Amino acid sequence: MRDFYGISLPLPLMLGTARYPSPAVMEAAFRQSAAPVATVSLRREQGAGQAFWDMVRGLGVHLLPNTAGCHSAREAITTAQMAREYFGTNWIKLEVIGHADTLQPDPFGLVEAAEALCADGFEVFPYTTEDQVLAGRLVDAGCRVLMPWGAPIGSGLGLNNLHGLRSLRAAFPEVAMVIDAGLGLPSHAAQALEMGFDAVLLNTAVAEARNPAAMAEAFALACRAGALAAASGPMGQRDMAMPSTPVIGKAWL
Amino acid sequence: MKIEVNGEAREVTATRLNAVLVELGWGEAKVATALNGNFVPAGARGATTLSDGDQLEVLSAMQGG
Repeated sequence: MRDFYGISLPLPLMLGTARYPSPAVMEAAFRQSAAPVATVSLRREQGAGQAFWDMVRGLGVHLLPNTAGCHSAREAITTAQMAREYFGTNWIKLEVIGHADTLQPDPFGLVEAAEALCADGFEVFPYTTEDQVLAGRLVDAGCRVLMPWGAPIGSGLGLNNLHGLRSLRAAFPEVAMVIDAGLGLPSHAAQALEMGFDAVLLNTAVAEARNPAAMAEAFALACRAGALAAASGPMGQRDMAMPSTPVIGKAWL
Repeated sequence: MKIEVNGEAREVTATRLNAVLVELGWGEAKVATALNGNFVPAGARGATTLSDGDQLEVLSAMQGG
């Protein structure tokens, strides 16, 4: 059983805290889904930070601070250092964004930041792609968790590159992997877990649903189903039909 | 002395970072700080001196995905 830097999660669901219609709705989404991890961020203090800090602390979940919006390794490293002190955790969701439209990670800055942060005692969750060479570099840097994207952040497209993700999963059997970004429906989450991924991380799919708390619960159910299916050994696929009812003993009519 | 705080020009009289935070109204607030792009741990604020033109970032918790 792969864990997240020594932490086993009761439910393989990590939920973002942004874009909800209200703080109360966000709390309801966490309550109704029992998601055990919340992603959080650091921004310039304008008065609302203290109340939000009290609220996320009150959720009683693991906090995963991110470096969202950082476009260079240096920015991401400084943000991670500030987040570690603020949130009191070594966990960091490392984002080094390389392109403003796709929000695709900058692989070069990502490796540079991951090396520095792992050496500094951080437990790094790098937001990455399905690229296996990049994954190898991140593992070499000391990452024991990878967070490949399903599709571009906020797109809701699901798992865009099934072959690439399946290959990545198979190539690093010891590394915990979280599908981060691009999930739109609970079926996408179930599919990721059925494929052997260890968790999913999502935000917009829940926060922008008409009923976020109910959608969060739907994702939780899908995550349970997907994880149970993966642990149960899914059947192999075949091209031709095979009758499930025995042929032997069928009457001659 | 003129410094930039979270992207805005501010005039402060204190020079030590912990005193500057008090002067700016963040004496009691839970914040993380960076000076000129470098993280300043809370424990180092008393020994950190600001100079004219410095860029100070004062961050706190925010919603994130």
